[in-house]
Amino acid sequence: MFENFDFAVISANLGRFFLEGMGFTLRLTFFAGLAGFLLGTSLTLVRMASVPFVSRAIAVYINFIRSMPLVLLIFWFNFLLPGIWQEIIGSPYPITFNPLVLAFWTFTLFEAAYFAEIMRAGILSIPQGQAAAGRALGLTGLQVSLFVVLPQAFKNVLPVLLTQLIALFQDTTLVYIIGLKDFFRVIHIAAVRDGRQVELFIFAAVVYCIISYCSSLAVKKLQKPQQELWA
Amino acid sequence: MDTRMRPSALGFVAVFAALSAFAVPATAQDLTGTLKKVKDTGSISLGHRESSLPFSYYDDNQKVVGYAYELCDKLADAVQAELKMDKLERKLVAVTSANRIPLLTSGGIDLECGSTTNNLERQKEVSFTLTHYVTATRFVSKKANNYKSLDDLKGKTIVSTAGTSNIKLVTGLNTERNLGMTIIPAKDHADAFLMVETDRAAAFAMDDILIASLVAVSKTPDAYVISEEALSVEPYGSMLRKDDPAFKKVIDDAMLAMFKDGTIEKLYDKWFMNPIPPKNVTLNVPISAQFKKVIANPTDSGDPKDYAD
Amino acid sequence: MFEWLGGVLDAWLNIFLQPSPWGTVYLGLLFQGLAITFFVALVTWAIAFVLGSLIGIARTLPYKPLRFVTTAYVEIFRSVPLLVQLFLWFFVVPELLPQAWGTWIKNLESGSMLTAIIGLGCFTSVRIAEQVRAAILSISLGMKNASTALGMTRAQTYRYILLPMGYRIMLPPLTSEFLNNLKNTSTIFTIGVMDLMGRTSEMMEFTFKAYEPLFFATFCYLIINLLVVCAARFLEGMAAIPGFNAAR
Repeated sequence: MFENFDFAVISANLGRFFLEGMGFTLRLTFFAGLAGFLLGTSLTLVRMASVPFVSRAIAVYINFIRSMPLVLLIFWFNFLLPGIWQEIIGSPYPITFNPLVLAFWTFTLFEAAYFAEIMRAGILSIPQGQAAAGRALGLTGLQVSLFVVLPQAFKNVLPVLLTQLIALFQDTTLVYIIGLKDFFRVIHIAAVRDGRQVELFIFAAVVYCIISYCSSLAVKKLQKPQQELWA
Repeated sequence: MDTRMRPSALGFVAVFAALSAFAVPATAQDLTGTLKKVKDTGSISLGHRESSLPFSYYDDNQKVVGYAYELCDKLADAVQAELKMDKLERKLVAVTSANRIPLLTSGGIDLECGSTTNNLERQKEVSFTLTHYVTATRFVSKKANNYKSLDDLKGKTIVSTAGTSNIKLVTGLNTERNLGMTIIPAKDHADAFLMVETDRAAAFAMDDILIASLVAVSKTPDAYVISEEALSVEPYGSMLRKDDPAFKKVIDDAMLAMFKDGTIEKLYDKWFMNPIPPKNVTLNVPISAQFKKVIANPTDSGDPKDYAD
Repeated sequence: MFEWLGGVLDAWLNIFLQPSPWGTVYLGLLFQGLAITFFVALVTWAIAFVLGSLIGIARTLPYKPLRFVTTAYVEIFRSVPLLVQLFLWFFVVPELLPQAWGTWIKNLESGSMLTAIIGLGCFTSVRIAEQVRAAILSISLGMKNASTALGMTRAQTYRYILLPMGYRIMLPPLTSEFLNNLKNTSTIFTIGVMDLMGRTSEMMEFTFKAYEPLFFATFCYLIINLLVVCAARFLEGMAAIPGFNAAR
C-alpha cells in the first residue's frame, strides 16, 4: 500500500513545515501556556480569597469557559477581541490583530480556566496546618499564599500542569478553522495543493505523536510509579 | 505572520518625525476611517486567498501571488501615494470564503484581494471597488461520469466552498428543483476540488475560472469536464469596509487609472495568457465579452443584469 | 428600557426566522444541527465506553502481549491531535484500503458522519480506558487480596469487586469525559458533518452575521452542560453504596 508514496513531498517542504509551522505551534504553546498558567493561578488565588462578588465572577468565568467547546471560543475571540480592544482604547477605526497575538489571547483566556482549576485542586491538597503554621510565624496572608502554599501546591500538581500543556500543544491545531498557519495548517496547505494528503497527513500525525509521546514519558518520570495489580 | 516589509522602530520614528515636521496637505486630523488607520499604524492589512488561482494564492514557497493580489499591491501603492507616506507596511492576512466578510468588518483586514463576487446582498455588509473580472457558476466533474447538468446530479454528493455565493446558489437550486443532493462545504477551493479528484463528491460547483485553473494544475487535467450550463453571473471586486467614502474614492480612482492606462490588460495578459506558478501552466482564457464591456465602462455594480452580454 | 429590549429581541428573531437557502428557517437548521450533535455525542460515547472499558481492563491484566498492544493503542490515539485524527480517518484511511472498499466508503451518503463517529469514538475510548485503568488500580490491594482469599477467580474478582467499585469511583471523571466528548463533537464540522457547529458556521456564512449564531450555539452548549451535570449528580446519588464514599 505504500508503493505510491511520494516521500519527496515531505523532504522538499521540511524546512517550511518546521521553521514556519512548528515554530508557530511551539511559540503559541509556550507563551499561551505560560500566560494561561499565570492568569489561572492569579484567578484561583483571588477566587479562594473569597472577595465578595469578584470571587463569584471568577467562578462563573471558569465554569463558563470550561463548558464551551474550544472551537466555539476560537470563533468568538476571533470576531470579538478586535472589537472589544477597539472599545477599550477608544480607537476611531477597527484594530488589526497580528494572528499570533489573537491566537495567543484566545488560548491564554481558554487555558487560564483549566490551569485555575488544576491549581485550586493543588492548593486544596495542602494541609490547613501549613497555612496556620505560616501565620503563626508572622507571615501575612499574601506571604503565606505565595511562599508556603503555592510552592507546595505547584510541586504536587506539576505533572497535571504539564499534561495540560501537552493537551494545549495538541489543541493548537484548531487554529485551522480561522486559517492561521500552525504546523498542521502548513502541512495541510501543501497536502491539498499537491494532492498528497495521504503522505503528508500521516507525516503530521507521526510528528505530533512523537512529540506528545516523548513529552508525556518525561512527565511520567515525575510521577510515582503505579502499583501492580497482579504482582 | 506574513509581512513584506518590517520597518524598524527607528524607521517608524523617523517617518513619524518627518511627517509631523512637514505638515502635508492630508494631515492625520482630516483623515477618517481606513485612511486614518493606515496613516496612524503605518500599515495596511491585505486579505489574500490560499487557493484562488490565478487571483490570489500560494506559489511553491507559500508566498502570495496572483492577478487580484497584484492589483491590490498597486492599490496599496496608491494609498501610500495619497497619504504621502515614505513607507507602507503591507500585512498579509490569509482569509477564506467563510471568514473574509466578518474579518473585513471587524478590522482584521482593510482590503480583500481575492475572488469575491460583488452582489447586492453582500453590499449590505461591505463595499466593493470596480469589478476586475466576470465569471459564472459552473460545476466540474469527472469526464467518465458524464454529468451534463445539475439535474444529472440528483441525489449525489456535491461539494462547494464554504461561504461562497456559489454554495448558497446551489443550496437554493437544490431546494427549488428538489434535487435531494448532499452539499458538503469545503474549507477552500483546493480542498473542494480534491474531493472530486478522490471521488468523495460527484461535482464541485464554483466560479468557472477558479475551476478551470484548478483543473489546469491538477495531476490529470484531461480527466475533468466543466459543465456547459452556467448557473449565475459572478462579477469579482475587491472588498473594502462599507461607509468609508474617502477610502473607497482613493481605491476606485486608482482602479480607474489602471483601467485607463492599460495596466489591467497587461496584468490580465500576465495571469491568464502566460505561464503562471506553481506549475507554469498557461490558462489561456482570453478576455470575455462581459469583461470587455467592463473595461470599456468600469463599474462597481453588484447587479448581474449590468454584466449581460 | 423594555422597549429597547423588545426591539433587540425582535431583530434577533427576524434573523433566526428568515428563510435559508435550504427552504427552512435558520432556527430550524440550527435545531437539526443540535440533533446531530446529540446523536453523534451519544453514539460515540457508547462506542468509547465499551471499547475504553475493554482496553482499560486489558491494561490491568498480567498478559504481556495484550498489555503491549493496548498500551500502544492508548499512547498513539492520545498523542495525535483530534483534528489530525479526523483528517486521517476521512482522507487517508479510504485511500489505504483496497480500492473497492475505499470507493464504497467514499460513496456512502453519510460517509462524513460515519468517519466522525469512528474517529471521535476511538479518540474518546482512550480517555475512558485511562479512567478505567486508574480506577481499578486505585482500589486497595487489600480488596483484591480478600477476594482471592475467598477463592474468587480473576474473572469473578473483576465482576464482583473491582468493576463495581471502579465504575463508582469513575463516575465524576466519566461525567467530565462525557462533556469533553460532547465538546469535541464541535470539531467534526471540519470534515463536513452538519452538527450544531457546522450549522452555526453555515449561518454565519450565509447571513454574514457572526454574533447571533454564535450566541445561539453558546446558549445550547451551556444548557446541555447544565443538564448533564445535574443528571450526573442524580446518578451518583443513585449509585452510591452506603458506607463507601464513591469519590473516596
